[in-house]
Order: sequence, then C-alpha cells, then structure tokens
Amino acid sequence: MTTATITPARGWSWAGPKRALTDSLVLTGRNLRHFQRQPQLIIFSTIQPVMFVLLFSYVFGGAVEGALPEGVSYVDFLLPGILVQSVAFRSSQTAVGLSQDLERGVIDRFRSMPMSRSAVLVGRTLADLVRNIFVLVLMIAVGYVVGFRFAQGPLDAVASIAVVTLFGLALSWIFAFVALTVKGAEAAQSAGFVVLFPLVFASSIFVPTESMPAWLQAFADVSPVTATADAARALAIGGDLGEPLLLTLIWVVGLLAIFVPLCAWRYRRLT
Amino acid sequence: MRTTISADKLARQFDGVTAVDEIDLDIQQGEIYGFLGPNGAGKSTTVRMLCTLLAPTSGRAVVGGHDVATHPGQVRLAIGVALQEAALDPKQTGVELLRLQGRLYGLSRAEIDQRLADLATLVDIGDALNRRIATYSGGMKRRLDLAAALVHNPEVLFLDEPTTGLDPVSRARVWEEVRRLNRELDMTIFLTTQYLEEADELADRVGIINEGKLVAEGTPFELKRRIGNDVIFARLDGDASGACPMVEAVAGVAGVEPQGNELVITAAEGTAVIGPVAVALNNCGIPVRDLTLRTPTLDDVFLELTGQPAEEDAPAPTPAVVEAA
Repeated sequence: MTTATITPARGWSWAGPKRALTDSLVLTGRNLRHFQRQPQLIIFSTIQPVMFVLLFSYVFGGAVEGALPEGVSYVDFLLPGILVQSVAFRSSQTAVGLSQDLERGVIDRFRSMPMSRSAVLVGRTLADLVRNIFVLVLMIAVGYVVGFRFAQGPLDAVASIAVVTLFGLALSWIFAFVALTVKGAEAAQSAGFVVLFPLVFASSIFVPTESMPAWLQAFADVSPVTATADAARALAIGGDLGEPLLLTLIWVVGLLAIFVPLCAWRYRRLT
Repeated sequence: MRTTISADKLARQFDGVTAVDEIDLDIQQGEIYGFLGPNGAGKSTTVRMLCTLLAPTSGRAVVGGHDVATHPGQVRLAIGVALQEAALDPKQTGVELLRLQGRLYGLSRAEIDQRLADLATLVDIGDALNRRIATYSGGMKRRLDLAAALVHNPEVLFLDEPTTGLDPVSRARVWEEVRRLNRELDMTIFLTTQYLEEADELADRVGIINEGKLVAEGTPFELKRRIGNDVIFARLDGDASGACPMVEAVAGVAGVEPQGNELVITAAEGTAVIGPVAVALNNCGIPVRDLTLRTPTLDDVFLELTGQPAEEDAPAPTPAVVEAA
C-alpha cells in the first residue's frame, strides 16, 4: 500500500471566532443528524406536545373559558402557553445528549482535537434550539386544525415563536451545566423534571394566574415561565406585551449570563 | 533520531492521592512504546496527561515538540488519540465519523476525500464504512477508531488498551495495522496495554508502571534478560540422574537438576545450548521423550516487578517446543 499521497493537515491557527463558528455548526449538524436517526425519539417528542394541545383544549376548555377575558377562546389562550411548556420539558434533553456524549467518551475525543473549546456546548444547545423550532411549528399546525389562529400578523407570529425558542435556549444552558456537574443522563433528566414540573404548572401556561391562591399567584407572576407565556401569547393573540416581553428578555439574558460562563468553566475543568 | 515524547518528573494527584508519581519518559520518533501495568497503576492517567486531556499536577511533558500544558493546541494537532472503549456514536456511519473528524481538524472537503481514500488503504474496514456503527463488531469499531485518530495524519499516535476485549483474530488484525502505521509512516506509537503478549509483539521498548512509578524500562529482550536464565526441560525414558554429568559438561549450561525422570537445565542462552544438550542426551543412550525450551516471558518480568500476575485473561505464554530426535 502506498502512502506517498498523504498530505499533512497542518497550517491553520487554533481558536479564533471563525473557527469557533465553523466547529459549532459542524457539531450542530452532527447532533441534528443524531435526532433524525432516532425515529422513536422524534415520534414521542412530537406526539407528547400534540397530545397536550388536544387534551388540554378539549378537557379543560369548557371549564376554563369562563375565567378568560371576553372573546378569548381557550385554544387561543392555551397554545402559546403550551409551546412554552413543551420547550421547558424538552430542555432536559440537552442534559441527556451531553451526558451520553460524556459517558461514551465522545467529548474526550473532541477535547483531544485542536478544535474550538466552545463548539461542543454551542453545537449541542444550537441543535436543541433547531429541534425546538421544528416541534413548535408542528404544534402550531395541529393548533390550526383545532381552531387556533395567530391574530397579530405573520411578523408577530414569528416573534412569538422566537420568544419561546430563546427561553428554551436559556433553559438548555442550565441543563448543559447540570450534565457537566451531575454524572449520568438519567439523574440529570429526573433532577430537571422535579424543578420544571412545578414551574410549568404554577404559571400562566394553562390558566390565568388570577384564579390561583394569592401566595401561588405571587410566585407565578414573577416566574420566567409566566413571563414567557404571556409574551408569546400577547404576540400571538394580542394583549399587554411590553412588561412580559421585557421580563422574559431579562430572564433569558440573565440565565445565559450566569450559565454560559459556568458551563465554560466546568468544561475546562473536565478530567 | 529525535525525541517525540518526553516527560520530566510528570506527576498527577487526585484529591491528594498520587496516581502518577514523577515519571520520566524519552521516546524517539518512529518508536513503538508499550506502557504496561496492572489496572489502576496510572497508565490511563499518564496517557490523558500526554494527550492534553488532564493537566499535570507537577512536572512537564513535551509531545511533538510542544509542551502539553502551555501549548495544548499545537500538541493536539500533532497527535492522534484512540482512547480505551472506542468513543463512537452508534447512530453515525463510519464515513460520517471520519468526515466529522476531518472537518473538526480544519480539512477542506477535497482534502477529506483524499484522506478517506488514503485511510481505506491504511485501515482495513472495507465497505462497512457506509453502515451505522451500531452494526459493527468490536474489532471493526477499534479499527474505525484507529482510522478516526489518523484523519489528520498525526506524528504521534496514542492507543489506550487498543485490543482489550477483542477476540484473538481481531487482536491480531489490530496489531497488524499498528505495525503497518509504524513501518510505513514512521509514526511514533505510544500504547498502553495489560497484555504482556501485546507489548512483546509490538513494542520496541516497554515501560512498566506500578503504583504510579515507572519501575522498569527497556526492550522486551532486555527486560526478560534481567529476570534471569532460560530453562530447558528434558523428559527422559527412565531415571534422569544418570544423564546429569554428560549434560553438565555441555558448554553454556549453567545448572542441571534431576527431578524424577525430568531434567531441568538452566542456561543463559537456551537457544544456543538446546542443540548440544540434545546431542549429549543422545550420546548417553537414554531415550528422550521431549525437550522444551522456556525463555522468561514479560509475565515473569511483570510478576517480579509488580508482585502480581498479569490480568487473568491474558493469553498464556507459549513455550518453544523442540521435538526430541
């Protein structure tokens, strides 16, 4: 066998923002292909939110409608909220994916290569973001079948999806930190559920917070989940937008400002 | 010759417990260096420091001309790494993994195509490349892992227990690949193993690590020599003691001890004396049932230096058997 044709791969400088971007996108592609190869995961991760849309709108619709503002149907109220619920529950998948790569030694392989340090984490959270958008669009399509309509025009509709997606991104970074700190994918996932479940239900996702006991309402009103659901809802069907949107952005920026550096620190200290 | 891997008092502690204790290494370009030790001796910790995955607590290591602590990026360009338990994603195909590696090493698409063609001739995976890794056998996974470590044509290759858990046929194929890489590309190869046979087969030099310390280093031949003499067993038809004087007179024989109808003959160079011993036995007229030469194995070296036998699943040493005339 001749080996004379081998060209040594030398000559690019390590690090640099362009390198970081390319590496991140390469890994995003790899992670997305990974989802694509797990049909059962795709099916369940899309069936579950669709089921939530259908169940909640038909089961609770009649009872809740009375508590809603005049002229607002429950499916219109519910859908933007349930988009938030779906990205919140799915955010623990970031921890699952990252833990798997850590356990398999895939991350060790990446760390032994002269690639951008940030790419592994950025590639993971970006892939989860793309997957979120895919599921959100599907849920909205199902929503349209059962009567949901965006009332504020296409731009606001896109903005509504963007707000939910951004919130999902911030949660992904929290779970990336969990995966880098806690050993094992299952532990990361169940820890996430314990925190997310009360957050999601004690919020304006399913019902207006006014109907809750005062102490719970106080909690729900400052919750980032409520802020995001309210902002997404205002962009989708109208209503007070300014405050919830501002609050959501503060939460998203704040969470990212804390957890991105924390993740970078944990990643550097992997052994 | 130039030094490709060097370590100077390289040490690593975990929470105050010393895993690697001031190791010195000096490995030349083109060498296959076998790093041998029992489980938990510090093999993997050493490799992880040399591969920039783990920071040394103290000491210094230079790989491919760059310090692992201060210039990890340069070191990473120079090395290829296949760590224990092939780190593969079962959902990928082999080609996808190799392309991913290529892109992360900054190769262009054209370069990647070129390298894939080269790798196909270097590492024997064949048409399995287009299948999902989930369908691969253990041996194929190791070979793919090896190919992935070679995408950027590294100067130095680190293999951490490359054949652990493989069947003998797959093991022999991995050995063949390793030899070929070393021979054809003059690649420096640092491999850890718990199989003495593997170190004996592959390594130009062997370092034995025990409890974090490098306890011996040398060619397999030197290490075996250090342990002592070769032994020839002669099983005779009848009482062996009568043959003693004749055998003792053979030049090069260090000692003869009769044990029932067997003679235990020690010599510094067993291969040189086994012929004359056979002749001497023939001359005393006692029929010889069989004649066995046993040279010290790395097993003996290992046992002597670490106080524990090699892993139980290590293949038994095969003594050279010379049929009696």
